[in-house]
Amino acid sequence: MNSSLTLSITTFIYGFSAFLYLVGFVFRRQTPGVLGTWVALLGLIGNTAGIVMRWMESYRMGIGHAPLSNLYESLVFFAWTISLLYLFIERRYGNRVIGAFTMPLAFLAMAYASLSPNISDRIQPLLPALKSNWLIAHVMTCFIGYAAFAVAFGLSIMYLIRQREPDPKGPLLDRFPKPNVIDDLTHQMIMFGFLFLSVGIISGAVWANSAWGRYWGWDPKETWSLITWFIYATLLHAKLMRGWHGRRIAYLSVIGFAAVLFTYFGVNLLPGLHSYGAMGQ
Amino acid sequence: MATKEIPGDSPNPNALWSFFASVKLTVTLLMTLAATSIIGTLIPQNESPENYRRAFGEFYYRLFEILDIFDMYHSWWFQLLLVLLTVNIIVCSLNRLSATLKIVFVKHPRFNLARYRGDKHKISRTDPRAAQELSHVIESLVAKKFNYHRRDTTADGFVFFAEKWRWTRLGVYIVHASVVVLLIGGLLGSLFGFEGFVNIAEGEMTRTVLLRKSGQPIQLNFGIRCEDFDVSFYPSGLPKEYRSRLSIVENGQTVLQKDVLVNHPLRYKGINFFQSSYGEMPPERSTTALPEEIALSFTSKETGMVYNKKVRIGEKISIPEGLGEFDIKEFKDSYDFRGKELGPTIIGTLTQKNGVPVEVVLPLKFPGFDRMGPMFNPQRNDAVLISIDEPGSLPDQLAKRFYTGLQVTRDPGVWVVYTGFVLMIIGCFITFFMSHQRLCIEVARSGRQRLVTVSGNANKNKLGMRRKVETIADELLETEGHTGQTAQKTTKDDQ
Repeated sequence: MNSSLTLSITTFIYGFSAFLYLVGFVFRRQTPGVLGTWVALLGLIGNTAGIVMRWMESYRMGIGHAPLSNLYESLVFFAWTISLLYLFIERRYGNRVIGAFTMPLAFLAMAYASLSPNISDRIQPLLPALKSNWLIAHVMTCFIGYAAFAVAFGLSIMYLIRQREPDPKGPLLDRFPKPNVIDDLTHQMIMFGFLFLSVGIISGAVWANSAWGRYWGWDPKETWSLITWFIYATLLHAKLMRGWHGRRIAYLSVIGFAAVLFTYFGVNLLPGLHSYGAMGQ
Repeated sequence: MATKEIPGDSPNPNALWSFFASVKLTVTLLMTLAATSIIGTLIPQNESPENYRRAFGEFYYRLFEILDIFDMYHSWWFQLLLVLLTVNIIVCSLNRLSATLKIVFVKHPRFNLARYRGDKHKISRTDPRAAQELSHVIESLVAKKFNYHRRDTTADGFVFFAEKWRWTRLGVYIVHASVVVLLIGGLLGSLFGFEGFVNIAEGEMTRTVLLRKSGQPIQLNFGIRCEDFDVSFYPSGLPKEYRSRLSIVENGQTVLQKDVLVNHPLRYKGINFFQSSYGEMPPERSTTALPEEIALSFTSKETGMVYNKKVRIGEKISIPEGLGEFDIKEFKDSYDFRGKELGPTIIGTLTQKNGVPVEVVLPLKFPGFDRMGPMFNPQRNDAVLISIDEPGSLPDQLAKRFYTGLQVTRDPGVWVVYTGFVLMIIGCFITFFMSHQRLCIEVARSGRQRLVTVSGNANKNKLGMRRKVETIADELLETEGHTGQTAQKTTKDDQ
């Protein structure tokens, strides 16, 4: 049993959990949802075990480093953060419909990591630029931020679906949280994500200053993270100062998450310094 | 990002002021910055004009050139957007600051009892305990959870007001200040700092650094010498480590020595040196100079005797036992032997008894190479074999010489920027997760019992505050367990 196998199995556990949440949501049954929670928890345990095993394996190979150094590892951590955040929210708000909108994201992240032919799951030694204590701080804070934005995205989709339905007491929507609860939860997630994105950008800047001698260089990944930051800053100001709420905030949150995804994946198509993607291939 | 309670946008006759005091402007600027920043990630920045001409054609090249698209983050219009945002942030903050300060710095906070009484989410319960006892219980509870509390008397009882974290209303100003500090730090860096590079060959020293943008030389007031450079690779061929041993030389003396690796720069007198690239020096004559003489040994096949001889270039020596004459014809930096690179090599000529000169190849890295000589050269018999005695004495001088490529910077603004970073993190945390919380617990007569009403509000995270009010109401109920009686719960919560 090695980490790759553990994480592959975790992919299917997450998929099954997302499926159960969706079944519980669509067929309005309690049992699949409850089962979904337990399966999600099992997936989180498998995900954690996979990360820890991978860490230990890298030390056994003599190139020990935290498993946060390439696209595969970052996706695994991304999925871990999403499911952890979601389970926390479920426990706090006691609503399993949200699981039908967020656990699929954790599944997709893991599935992309495990199944894409372009992403290698080999444990690779660190390139000189990545040998820094900032690696862990930078990658973890960024991905906690991304995961919070992912959950906010799931919530915003929920909000938009609910808005579209003329009858809020319709068969699918009666178990949705109240719109103002979704709105508030989205806001909480975005504030949480914004703080972590800020810390992520800042730790990246401090790291860049010790590796390349400049804290900001308008490298495409840097620029896109700043674009993401601008979009969420816009959202926060529009909400707090202009009184935006509901649908407009949900749209901004969807746009923000699109920027997150582009910062994460799209930038690899552009020339730049960040190794994610390039190294995994 | 101040709260609705603060009377913002105070009327100001100055039109310019009110233009900059608008949050609409903030939203517009943030969106514009986000949208325009995309351009520079799609079009690679600061490339040569030829590349751009080839990619876009003459017309678009001219157009983009005029708009500074090829260095857009430093263009006048992008910088203007940043300046507008800064002014906007400052004006917006100043506009609301005085109102906030009035709220934050009060000696005796005012509480509006009517407002708490009208609160939709207040929780009321009857309690059998005596007023005196209740007063005591409530006081110890609020003293534990809030930094300020006081007791007022009402018509038919008393009321406790409590509050905490009033100062967190300033959090948003810390965030805004941090953005301004960041931009000032960036400005300081671009005005008084520089970004340059220098390549230094192993063993050499320099005082001159070239600027990245203009290529202009800058003189340092100390020398920097590269003692040694090493690059190592993983078995996969990927680079593992770049390491330059650098010395700082002042007045002819080495004052500091350090190994510079990626992520481990050398900082001296405000100048920073970063490992950035490396390369091999082009071969120079001087690197291939041979020592005066080379020690060779000649092995006779017939007798098995080994004769050691020192040979000078161009000098013919004769080998004992009448085995012939030998001289060094030339020295080559590299020698290609049937497609294999043998490195620095001595080429000699051996003239044996039959009088036909044959070429002898003596690679420094393979001292015993000539033993195979007869196999490759039919004219060469194996009566005598030649090898180099002290190959170790040569390679040092003949080894490849590397140069290290260093990024050299000076940025006096960096600590200002770091201060901005810290302020931003602290400010965001306060703004997002801490709020000014106020609580009101009223105790009134209700027949033979007392009616206890708990309500509260916060300037942010109102759902969280509602939950906190519920917790406090429950805790108040629990303290009653001591008297052994159960209280009636009459929650007026309509939701």
